[in-house]
Amino acid sequence: MAADRVSYTLDSTLETVNNAEETAGRMAAEAGFDDEEIMKISMAVREAAVNAVLHGNAYDPSKKVTLAFERTAHDLVIVIRDQGKGLDASRIPDPLAPDNLLKTSGRGIFLIRSFMDVVEIHPSKTGTELRMIKHVHGNPADSKEALQ
Amino acid sequence: MSMKSSTRQVDGVTIVDLSGRITLGEGSVVLRETVRDLISKGQKKILLNLADVNYIDSSGIGELVSAFTTCKNQSGELKLLNLTKKVHDLLQITKLYTVFDVKDDEAAAVKSFDK
Repeated sequence: MAADRVSYTLDSTLETVNNAEETAGRMAAEAGFDDEEIMKISMAVREAAVNAVLHGNAYDPSKKVTLAFERTAHDLVIVIRDQGKGLDASRIPDPLAPDNLLKTSGRGIFLIRSFMDVVEIHPSKTGTELRMIKHVHGNPADSKEALQ
Repeated sequence: MSMKSSTRQVDGVTIVDLSGRITLGEGSVVLRETVRDLISKGQKKILLNLADVNYIDSSGIGELVSAFTTCKNQSGELKLLNLTKKVHDLLQITKLYTVFDVKDDEAAAVKSFDK
């Protein structure tokens, strides 16, 4: 990996979603993850980017998405921020509940949590920061999930 | 890679061969318009062949659910054929695998539709 930390400022477009996914896949490969883990990481970032662009910034051209990757000794840390109204994660229905199974949306955060080892959601009045961690040497005992 | 779709008729069942990615944007739109077009023509026995669908995101999953419920609400049937491992795993973790009627043999799948 050329740098320990790299960040991007991106427009609120569908192209950003695709670019974020591709970049995540590249970063994950450079960090040494196998193909299945690369797919999970890139998909988690895609879902996070969809949330930021579509639900956070609502495609507003005046609002940006920032995406940062940091490689530490044990982790790949990915942070994505939008400039929306702030995501209230407590109001996201459980997509696995029988009444919600046939809903056509609401699975993005669930997939992110399924694919990453640590997921933190930090909403504020100026936007939402979603922080995701994948342990480089996956140790299930290290896995935890935080919601703030 | 964007998504492509083509349709063929086998014993009264419309088989939709999909290839590429079913994701937010073009892929989801192609699937939505294909299914709506078929239903509007009265073709309500639909078998989605996903053998060449190598990627699907939450929007694509939502589009599959929408296609399924739209067809069902029109007294039709929509089934899935030849899931790749990635798509299979996604439907498993979202608990949709048991919602959809999933097949892995085209001839048997065609025969399974109500006559």
